[in-house]
Amino acid sequence: MTSATQQSYETVIGLEVHLQFNTESKIFCGCANQFGHPPNTNTCPVCLGLPGTLPVLNKTALDYAIKVALALHCQINSHIKFDRKNYYYPDLPKGYQISQYDYPIGHNGYVEILSGDHLQKIRVHRAHLEEDAGKLIHDAKNKVSLVDYNRTGTPLMEIVTEPDIRSAQEAYDYLTALKLLLQYLNVSDCDMEKGSLRCDANVSVRPLGETRLGTKSEIKNLNSFRAVKAALDYEANRHRTLLSAGQPLVQETRLWDEHEEVTQSMRSKEQAHDYRYFPEPDLVPFTVSDKNIELIRESLPEEPLKKFERLQAAYDLAAYDAGILIQNPELADFFEACAKQLSPGKKICNWINGPLLQELNTQKKTAAGIPVSPEQFTDLIRKVEEGAVSHLVGKDILKKMIQTGQTAQAIIEHDGLTQVSDNAALEAYVNQVITENSTAAQEIQNGKMQALGFLIGQTMKLTQGKANPKIVGDLIKRRLLHG
Amino acid sequence: MNLYELTAHALTDKLHSGQISAETLYHSLNQRIKDNDGPVHAYVLFQEEFPGIQDSAPKKFRGLPVAVKDNICVKGMETTCCSRILKGFKPPYDATVIGKLRSQGMVVQGHTNMDEFAFGSSTENSCYGPTHNPWDLTRVPGGSSGGSAAAVAAHEAIWAIGSDTGGSIRQPAAFCGVVGLKPTYGRVSRYGLIAFASSLDQIGPITKDVQDAACLLGILAGHDPMDSTSGDLPVPDYASALGKDIKGLKIGVPKEYFIDGLAPEVRAAVEEAINLLKGMGATIVDISLPHTEYCVATYYIIATAEASSNLARYDGVRYGLRRTPPQPRKSAIVDMFEETRDQGFGEETKRRIMLGTFSLSSGYYDAFYLRGQKVRTLIKNDFDRAFEEVDAIVMPTSPTTAFKIGEKTNDPLAMYLSDIYTIFANLSGVPAISLPCGFSKEGLPIGLQVCAKAFDEEMMLRIAYQYEQKAGWYKETLKPRTKL
Repeated sequence: MTSATQQSYETVIGLEVHLQFNTESKIFCGCANQFGHPPNTNTCPVCLGLPGTLPVLNKTALDYAIKVALALHCQINSHIKFDRKNYYYPDLPKGYQISQYDYPIGHNGYVEILSGDHLQKIRVHRAHLEEDAGKLIHDAKNKVSLVDYNRTGTPLMEIVTEPDIRSAQEAYDYLTALKLLLQYLNVSDCDMEKGSLRCDANVSVRPLGETRLGTKSEIKNLNSFRAVKAALDYEANRHRTLLSAGQPLVQETRLWDEHEEVTQSMRSKEQAHDYRYFPEPDLVPFTVSDKNIELIRESLPEEPLKKFERLQAAYDLAAYDAGILIQNPELADFFEACAKQLSPGKKICNWINGPLLQELNTQKKTAAGIPVSPEQFTDLIRKVEEGAVSHLVGKDILKKMIQTGQTAQAIIEHDGLTQVSDNAALEAYVNQVITENSTAAQEIQNGKMQALGFLIGQTMKLTQGKANPKIVGDLIKRRLLHG
Repeated sequence: MNLYELTAHALTDKLHSGQISAETLYHSLNQRIKDNDGPVHAYVLFQEEFPGIQDSAPKKFRGLPVAVKDNICVKGMETTCCSRILKGFKPPYDATVIGKLRSQGMVVQGHTNMDEFAFGSSTENSCYGPTHNPWDLTRVPGGSSGGSAAAVAAHEAIWAIGSDTGGSIRQPAAFCGVVGLKPTYGRVSRYGLIAFASSLDQIGPITKDVQDAACLLGILAGHDPMDSTSGDLPVPDYASALGKDIKGLKIGVPKEYFIDGLAPEVRAAVEEAINLLKGMGATIVDISLPHTEYCVATYYIIATAEASSNLARYDGVRYGLRRTPPQPRKSAIVDMFEETRDQGFGEETKRRIMLGTFSLSSGYYDAFYLRGQKVRTLIKNDFDRAFEEVDAIVMPTSPTTAFKIGEKTNDPLAMYLSDIYTIFANLSGVPAISLPCGFSKEGLPIGLQVCAKAFDEEMMLRIAYQYEQKAGWYKETLKPRTKL
């Protein structure tokens, strides 16, 4: 088989993302909606589906769902209706999941993604609200399966794309863009490790130019974006190989095996469930007013990609810098507040994307609560710019500012860190350094200017960084060359 | 007269004035149950010990015992829906209605027998065995709330609560010569009522007379934040509606309810009741409810569909029965699901789960469930139109009097047809009450059904009370009955 044959196929991918909301309580009862508690502690008769109990919709979960649907540019079904999806599984305490069938909260939307360097729209087929199931824990040693119902009833939104994605990389880019968009909305942790964001992938291949969809596989057990990409690459190749060899494909659900890096058949289409959807009689359909939808729309934050473009244009930033800033809306806000105090933006960016992020990272703090005000932060940058403190000392001051919340000025005064620019004071240090490093001094006098940096460094060390390195350099040259 | 023979409204005065104590009343009833319930078998569980009264409760109803159908959750009291699959299930919570009774100082006497999961019209489909009609022990008490109705009729309960999905309060009330009231859908919280068909189920009172029904409804009714389908409307003082006469009221008589299959004795008694209402000043209007003939079919599609889903939770994983087959068949978990459900459910329950599963299945949904919902709307429209013209509608509660035990157990269709006159109220949501309107030659009670438009229980109760007082059948039905 030639590679030319291989290339004549097109990969078609659609993704289903499940997003857990970070509401205080669960979707249909008052239980705490929290991850990581001891098994079966965040439960009540309602989420355990005990006989006689009834669901009551959490209004915040509904608002979040509308918010997400709007952010996905979906049309909103203001007629809110829930349905039962019936199937048996031990983690599903009622024997059905309350979901939405024919009236998803949102439909016909899109997510704009940056794939390579071009913008692209991935259409969203539907986005609906449902309840999460519990979690099975298989104890292989004791040969038992246990169920933890803490997760049962966590508000869940399912976001389904159209088959618009054409490569595993594009799927990865979509997920990255979607996650960032969702993080901006502040409705979820979006943490795949904790399961607050999960993804199933549908993939098929077809000859280039063909418009009908090929036989698809649905891939489950994808625990990271990297796994999604690897599994899609694997599966698309598997399809190509089979098709090229003229072998038939069956529609089936396959599981990604992360260790073996292969997909394995879980069930075929014939074994697929008939979910017997019907309207949930315990929840009365109702209508959300246009006014409420508009209020939610007005509360939407600026989209990450819009912010990306605007920051570059408004502050003359490089794509790289803007790209870092938009990873966190709080960070971008911080930057913009700083840019009101000081320009150019590039200078602030250097401090944010360098020392600030580094220090926050070291101190295990997030951009969500930067303990330094934009005024104080720009004040520090200004002090370094004006030569009041050296760049090196400036970084130390920033560290202390983040630790203590003190102003730069207070730290400078307390620690006596003002940059020494006074010639008379510096001359004494310079003289000492020259005396202690006579070999280097001799080299400079012999015209080997490489040694100058070394002597400046030694002086900075002696002054604990307080000396103005430019003045130190001038003094050394004057002393050795003109003295 | 023994204390247990009194109505609740007669007892409240005695309790209130201190003439009798709550414990005395409770033990009087317990003794009656012990002496009498052997042949009747109205109870599946009763509490020997006086359970104590909530301290904060007001005086009016303090200490009044209530018999509760076995599908209404009582905290810590085994609640099984008379199904093997729920054996041992003790709810960790009270149904909202139980909380309301408790906050009035009332106490739960015990759980009464019923058809398994309320699937039936005779209380023969109980894993505990059938209840017998106190008027004739060879006959059924009706169902599915047959235990509650028989307990009240046999003076083994002052009053009781049951549930009504297609007639399960009214039909046994008619068969047992007591009063049974199905409130408007949404009038009483369903929280804690173990679901049969969620869009049809309502809890309601079964009492010795209409005054008690009005009183108990007043306690049970009201919006519940735990039940999204409960109506957020104020609860009127039902007792104050009883005294108004019925002069000038328009009462509809639907021709579709007086057809072949209606027992002549029942027809005669109901027609006599209609004549009496006319004599009391009401205007009798002949009306038509054209979609009546579709009620039973529509009901059995919608009710079984919802039931098939509601009963999915009984899988042996969390509570109740768990069984595994002696030899593995499929996977361990599927084996457990199948064996538990096979052994836990009775025949009628399995039949309804299969019917419901079928009508929701892919490819059949449109022809069955969806069409059923559309017909339901037509049936509801019939009533909306009728109530533009009349204040209330009267008809028989059941086409026959109580039938023999075993008579219909091998003929499910014949059994289903015994609900033919009660199903409309659940499909359309309107309230309806059954009260005695005479006896057959054999001495079996006959029920008159009165219904009004949604959330107008006052109108229904007013007509029922005025009729009851004028007709005087209560003198017969409330007569003390010696040991059965």
